Amino acid sequence: MTATANSDSMAATPPAPFAAAENVCTVVSNHPVNARYNHLVLAAPPTALTARPGQFFHLLCEGVPGDPAFLRRPMSVYRLRPADGADGASGIVEFLYKVVGAGTRAMARLEPGGSFNILGPLGQGFHLDPGWRHVVIVARGVGLATLAPLADMCRRAGVGIGAILSAQSPELIMAEDVMEAVGAEVVRVTDTEGTSTVANVERLVRGRIAEGRADALFTCGSNRLLMLLQKIARQEGIPGQVALEQQMACGLGMCVCCVRQVRRGGQTLDLRVCREGPVFELEEPVSW
Amino acid sequence: MVDLSVQLGGLTLANPIMPASGTFSPDIADVIDPNRLGALVTKSTTLGFRAGNPTPRVSETADGMLNSIGLPSQGIDAFIGEVIPKYRRFTPPLVASVSADTPDEFVTICEKVSIPAVDAIEVNISCPNLEEGGRAYAMRAESTLSVMRRVRACSDKPLWAKLTPNTGEIANVARAAEEGGADALVVANTVLAMAIDTETRRPRLGNVMGGLSGPAIKPIVVGMVYQSAKAVGIPVIGCGGIMGTDDVVEYMLAGAAAVQVGTKTFLNPTAMLTIIEELEALCAAKGINSVSEFTGAVVVEPEEEGLPLFA
Repeated sequence: MTATANSDSMAATPPAPFAAAENVCTVVSNHPVNARYNHLVLAAPPTALTARPGQFFHLLCEGVPGDPAFLRRPMSVYRLRPADGADGASGIVEFLYKVVGAGTRAMARLEPGGSFNILGPLGQGFHLDPGWRHVVIVARGVGLATLAPLADMCRRAGVGIGAILSAQSPELIMAEDVMEAVGAEVVRVTDTEGTSTVANVERLVRGRIAEGRADALFTCGSNRLLMLLQKIARQEGIPGQVALEQQMACGLGMCVCCVRQVRRGGQTLDLRVCREGPVFELEEPVSW
Repeated sequence: MVDLSVQLGGLTLANPIMPASGTFSPDIADVIDPNRLGALVTKSTTLGFRAGNPTPRVSETADGMLNSIGLPSQGIDAFIGEVIPKYRRFTPPLVASVSADTPDEFVTICEKVSIPAVDAIEVNISCPNLEEGGRAYAMRAESTLSVMRRVRACSDKPLWAKLTPNTGEIANVARAAEEGGADALVVANTVLAMAIDTETRRPRLGNVMGGLSGPAIKPIVVGMVYQSAKAVGIPVIGCGGIMGTDDVVEYMLAGAAAVQVGTKTFLNPTAMLTIIEELEALCAAKGINSVSEFTGAVVVEPEEEGLPLFA
């Protein structure tokens, strides 16, 4: 029955001008990058290539008997490369993912040449204020994947980046090369080295602020770091943005499953992570 | 040329495919053209503001989805002022789904929603009735009859009663809804269910219990459509676990005049349009002139008909 659920015959590609589509992509490669994370590279049709940093796709992960997956899985874009008209190469969409459940196990089984249905692009991405010259990116775990395209966006806008990349251990730091390739100054902090404490991250962020190189703060991947950055942003009057996660069903805003409490316009509202998010203003989410 | 149109409780639909309440909103226009659907059905509105249930609101199960959204709603005034206009950008008949804690509230909300922009009202009597200890109205024939009578007296719109599968007397409830003045029945809402994470020993939903949808429940609901359609003279709309065109035909053979697609849209937002295309092609291939020829056409031998039906 799950095979029926995931039948590609249902994936009619709608014509323009639809903002999102069930993009049927071809798997180019799918490899582990370290002990915990895999890297999926897809050749993608044009609608998928309109994704902006911070937006996400809703992935139709095909389970197998004994390990079924039913609903789609939301995942933010790690990297995106437009089609190259000169050499006819198709556009590329990439994901970095950690194998944690039936959906990501299904992703890990994808083989080159196979097809993969990704619905999107969906949600609100990051935005840069024209006045910002330097930003600070604080990412933890798989949040690194979400913030990598933001770094590229900053480079294009001529905005300097200080990136604090946090992980359990040094070999699990990801996207460091992506960050450095766009000229980010990268600081790695890890649990095993004892450098990823909230106090140390606070010291590093406040250091950038003292140098006048923190016009905005960006984060993803840790509620602890979100609370820290909310506190610093409030005290220092610095804007910022955060990408949130929530269990999701439709990804389009219809089912209202993926709400998070957000302070906006003097009210506390349940907003949909898939539609009003996943990127929110840093001060908005009610953290816990 | 195949005729896909169906007559349905005071309305003519261009085709028998429409969304199930709560699984659809104008947001889908990011991916498909909603004008190709047979009808549009809103998420249930309530009279006043409702926050909805705590998260997690969704969890997947074997071939199904468990949800407990809790009918978050901005209330009827925002529904009429802000939500309805968003649906009215599209042309298919608009069915407004309403829920209420008490029969009095149902009367008020149905009066308020009986406006020209609304073509029919889906009365969600599968929601809890606070005057009966939280039992859904449609769990019993008596409460179904009394609430539908009251709603019928206050609105001239076509009324669709949305029944619950969580009853032991679906045929009696169906008859009661018809007697109370319903123009059509929607069979059915989700099946009351629960899932527990055995590692953490915690329920998988914030609200502990929820409603199961998807292909896991389809045979249960096909049986209920069969029983309901035999019990009443008004059209029955089948709703439960439709994943493809064959499921639509199965529901129609069981007695459905039309169907609602819900969970499948979460997997493939394009699915309803694909089904419409495939249904037309299927009818053409089988030499069927009108899709409504399928309705109630299940072949059951007379002696089998005589067998006692459970519940």
